[in-house]
Amino acid sequence: MFDLERWEEIFETIRKNKLRTFLTGLSVASGIFILVVLLGIGEGMRNGISQEFKRDAANIMYVYTGVTSKEYKGLNPGRRIQMKNEDFNYTTLKYQDDLEYKSSIYRIWNGIVNYGKESGSYRVEGVYPDYQFLENSGMIEGRFVNYKDHENFEKVVVVGNKVRNDLFKDSKDPIGEYVQISGVNFKVVGVFTDPGGEREESRVFMPISTAQRVFGGSNNIANMAFTLEPEDNFEAALAASNRFSEAIKNQLKETHTIAPDDESAISINNSLENAKRFFDLMDMIKFFFWGVGICTIIAGVVGVSNIMLIIVKERTREIGIRKALGAEPLSIVGMVLHESIFVTAIAGFIGLIASLLLLEFVGPLIETQYISNPAVNFNVALTTVFILVLAGAIAGFFPAWRAARIKPIVALRDE
Amino acid sequence: MIEIKDLHKSYKMGSNSLHVLKGINFSVAEGELVSIMGSSGSGKSTLLNILGMLDEADEGSYTLDGVAIKNLNEKIAARYRNKFLGFIFQSFNLISYKNALDNVALPLYYQGVKRGERIDKAMSYLEKVGLADWAGHLPNELSGGQKQRVAIARALASDPKVLLADEPTGALDSKTSYDVMNLIQEINDEGRTILVVTHEPDIAAMTKRIVNLKDGRIIQDTQVNQVRAQQNV
Ligand SMILES: Nc1ncnc2c1ncn2[C@@H]1O[C@H](COP(=O)(O)OP(=O)(O)O)[C@@H](O)[C@H]1O
Ligand SMILES: [Mg+2]
Repeated sequence: MFDLERWEEIFETIRKNKLRTFLTGLSVASGIFILVVLLGIGEGMRNGISQEFKRDAANIMYVYTGVTSKEYKGLNPGRRIQMKNEDFNYTTLKYQDDLEYKSSIYRIWNGIVNYGKESGSYRVEGVYPDYQFLENSGMIEGRFVNYKDHENFEKVVVVGNKVRNDLFKDSKDPIGEYVQISGVNFKVVGVFTDPGGEREESRVFMPISTAQRVFGGSNNIANMAFTLEPEDNFEAALAASNRFSEAIKNQLKETHTIAPDDESAISINNSLENAKRFFDLMDMIKFFFWGVGICTIIAGVVGVSNIMLIIVKERTREIGIRKALGAEPLSIVGMVLHESIFVTAIAGFIGLIASLLLLEFVGPLIETQYISNPAVNFNVALTTVFILVLAGAIAGFFPAWRAARIKPIVALRDE
Repeated sequence: MIEIKDLHKSYKMGSNSLHVLKGINFSVAEGELVSIMGSSGSGKSTLLNILGMLDEADEGSYTLDGVAIKNLNEKIAARYRNKFLGFIFQSFNLISYKNALDNVALPLYYQGVKRGERIDKAMSYLEKVGLADWAGHLPNELSGGQKQRVAIARALASDPKVLLADEPTGALDSKTSYDVMNLIQEINDEGRTILVVTHEPDIAAMTKRIVNLKDGRIIQDTQVNQVRAQQNV
């Protein structure tokens, strides 16, 4: 490789055979170009879709209960599991360092809400102040329920925008007005909006302490919702949330005497787990692009091999002459291989640089919903370079080997 | 210099085999200028290719400058060719994309001579064949006689023990042929051993010894009075 004389010989051959070199180079350069652009677009799609995803998705975990499916410690299956305040309090205390937002939820069924002559049936729930952030709700007017409301069992409600429109029409400022829920007066302290739209805005929240007391819920809760403290990256966040939900499940199974392998009594809806499926899909897309890219490379290698075979065929007589003048077989292999590696490497770099330039300058311009910042990272570029040098070697080797084995007398007879 | 004993060679073509050389015994001393004569198909080129290690004999022994040539692999054969032999072909066999100078320098490349020295040496051989002014020309810019001179310069470049020429004048008109033979004679005058294959009696007459080949056997081997090519020009 570092034989200067050989380099001179290669350069001379290349200089004197520009068309041949150009054709070989073109197939490699275009192969690499297509590969890198494809990978860039794949990466862009990944970026675009995951950004889209981040905007909507919270890393929220919902805990809800069902009926047992297995007999355990003398208890029959089919038992309905009811979570209590103690479950929530125990959890928040135990994981206070890990939790970001937390709330339990008490659901009031058949929540008929009246204001004057207007009335409607809405989802009415008792929640903690954190619930605003768990639901990603924004306040349009007033405020959300707070800890003071909670501690003092205040009869206050926060209504969704839809509820406000239904009950108050457009005319009145709802803040400070009283609505009746199952005949009990509640003061409206806020109106919220929700990215989930009308369905989510047809809800009414009150402090959970009030809800439990007024609606006879004693210390029952329907759900618990948590988010964990943010982690540095998605994988870590997913691992943490899986660990947490596993721990909660086990804890609840223990306190409620549920068989450890009973999967139906306690369920946790882990939105990160859902996100993972999504990211798995993204990985599939990535693999697909790699697959296509590698096929492109293989096609390129086959193409280059063919060209090299033709070149060697064309040079058969020259190889015969060189052998007659004293070229050893190894030096013929070296010559052909050296030239093909050199040409593929240079052409590959040209393709690489061209594609990187394209991604660099044209990439930022294509900001569609699903493609964002198409780019190829350094490792991928390195891998590509490695692949192409290897490709050059493979593409050159077989023809070179064939060339070296031709007997000089046969080669010289070649027309 | 060259010593061959009971050399046999046949070509296999499918199930048939063509016995081309049927026991050749032959030796050449240093400084000889020998022509191998015979009609077309008599096995002249086959013999020369075996002497040139471009092909292998089936049977018999071959000694070149005291070295037994047998069981050669490609690598050693290449080394011996480079060290001992210079080839001159009927069809010149110059490399088309290399200029005259680089063609002449090529055997030196395979000898491992550095570029500067290679170019100097090649240039001196081009001067010797009278083509110094044509050093930068590609083969297709040269006449047949000039091409053969370049080929001769190239054959000389590695300073071989023996020059092997297969019909060196076969593609040339008679005047150019005599020029080339004149050059070959001059090179022989300097003491170099040369074998020339030809089927033209006037060319053979310009060597010092004529070996006549017929049906794979030597039927005649005579020393002759050399006709100087110079007189015919
Ligand atoms: N590679 C080969 N395969 C088969 N037959 C060959 C081969 N080379 C030469 N021959 C045959 O061997 C005979 C001698 O050929 P050659 O030595 O070239 O003769 P010459 O040079 O005297 O004309 C011819 O009949 C030719 O057809
Ligand atoms: Mg012949």
